[in-house]
Amino acid sequence: MHVYLPIAELSVNWFTLLVVGSGVGFLSGLFGVGGGFLMTPLLIFLGVPAPVAVGTGAAQILASSVSGVLAHWRRQNVDVQMGLALAAGGFVGSALGIWIFTLLRQAGQVDLVIRLCFVIFLGSVGGLMLVESVRTWFRRATTGVRKRKLHEHYWLHGLPFKLRFRRSKLYISALLPLTVGFAIGILTAIMGVGGGFILVPAMIYILGMPTQMVVGTSLFQTLFVAANVTILQSVTNQTVDVMLALLLIVGGVVGAQFGTRFGARLRGEQLRILLALLVLGVGLKLAFDLFTTPDDFYSLAPEGQG
Amino acid sequence: MRSSSPIFLSVIAILLVQGMAARAQPLVADLSQHLVAITAGFTGADIVMFGATDGPGDVVVVVTGPPKPTIVRRKGRLAGIWVNREAMLFADAPTFYGIATSKPIDEVLAANQLDRHQIGVDHIRLLPPNPEARRDDIPEFRQALVRARQRDGLFATEPGKVTFLGERLFRARMALPAKVATGTYRVQVFLVREGQVVTVQTTPLLVSKIGFSADVFDLAHQDSALYGLAAILIATAAGWTAAVAFRRI
Repeated sequence: MHVYLPIAELSVNWFTLLVVGSGVGFLSGLFGVGGGFLMTPLLIFLGVPAPVAVGTGAAQILASSVSGVLAHWRRQNVDVQMGLALAAGGFVGSALGIWIFTLLRQAGQVDLVIRLCFVIFLGSVGGLMLVESVRTWFRRATTGVRKRKLHEHYWLHGLPFKLRFRRSKLYISALLPLTVGFAIGILTAIMGVGGGFILVPAMIYILGMPTQMVVGTSLFQTLFVAANVTILQSVTNQTVDVMLALLLIVGGVVGAQFGTRFGARLRGEQLRILLALLVLGVGLKLAFDLFTTPDDFYSLAPEGQG
Repeated sequence: MRSSSPIFLSVIAILLVQGMAARAQPLVADLSQHLVAITAGFTGADIVMFGATDGPGDVVVVVTGPPKPTIVRRKGRLAGIWVNREAMLFADAPTFYGIATSKPIDEVLAANQLDRHQIGVDHIRLLPPNPEARRDDIPEFRQALVRARQRDGLFATEPGKVTFLGERLFRARMALPAKVATGTYRVQVFLVREGQVVTVQTTPLLVSKIGFSADVFDLAHQDSALYGLAAILIATAAGWTAAVAFRRI
């Protein structure tokens, strides 16, 4: 039942990989996120070297975003124009991210930076989401649905190069999606995550996009950035394991379908509370590991690698 | 691959005949296989060493994996977080070290002899390549390297057993874990009498990725752009197939 992973250079039970893949897939389908933030730490936990976990994660994210985009495309929930603007920023960002990743690997700090990024982003996003969703839940219980203005104007709307995004009914500066995409691109390269858990809040709160367009468009941009990262990681670091990716993908796509179906039965803020708890839990676990005294103070690496 | 007894017996027969013909050679030894193939289902391999001596004596078998420059890093606390701090490079750190002896090793050879022939994990020559980097904390880094390799099952913690069949025929078995590095391994068979190494026979053992995993690895390293494109195509196709397949249900 074991399969030898040619790039990770270790032998793993393929059934374990299918279970991990479908488990993460289920959660990603349930919450409408890519699941990379769970996949990368899980792979590291299974003994896959961190660089390989990150590189392979990109390929797995690509597959899950393809199947996700197709589903949203049919429901016309993809703002192609916005997605391309985000992806353009993402391309540049991910190239920069790969460069940073290679430098970190040479300095022997890639493991630490991956973990720190996870702790910071999972912690803050999870915390914000928990506060917001709990508040919504209580508000619904007391005063019913809050009325919101269509647009709130502040300094971000004074930026130049304004563009009209028809699908999202927005008239905003092109710099906004470019910058957001750029930042997410860096994260995708360094953390091996699609960035959905950061991109989705950013699109709602910074860009002001309508909620029903957000997930499809986010997946659409992830598709391009993940493809870019896959090829860049292959060329620069040789850390994409197709064998590992394939097993995770097979488990993941099946799990995602069940997750989506199950998720349709839950209320929006209930889902967000659960997701927030999950994100926080993973973040806390990683933070805990950073502070606990390691079993062995020493670690090995082949020369020139992290 | 693991059932090597028929080969073993037939080679023993040949060795016996040879041994009678050429009594001059004090030690004849060989391996059950000279190639360990890492295929898609590889979970480790057993290699069997066997041979004959020209009389009583002790036999020590040492298997050394191809050396690879390895960095050992020590973690230290920085603002409460454990961070990699000092590092030391070992230029020729073996990726595998296995040992088997016919008697407890300290009864066979004295420490200076063990050092000389680099027999046993504590006696391998492990030093940073440039002398100015030789600080006084080398022993700690060296031990850490050995400990990490032992944790992965790549360095022997206890010597294995060389079994004698009668007075002259011997065999030893050694397990290579699934994590072994590829490359040319060196198998040394030492014949020891009265605390001195009488003779050494060295045989190469090739550990190599074969078939699908070899192709994948080679493509990833030699033609990495093409590999990346292939990875994208596979991932996209898999995602697409899933979307189409589940639409019907």
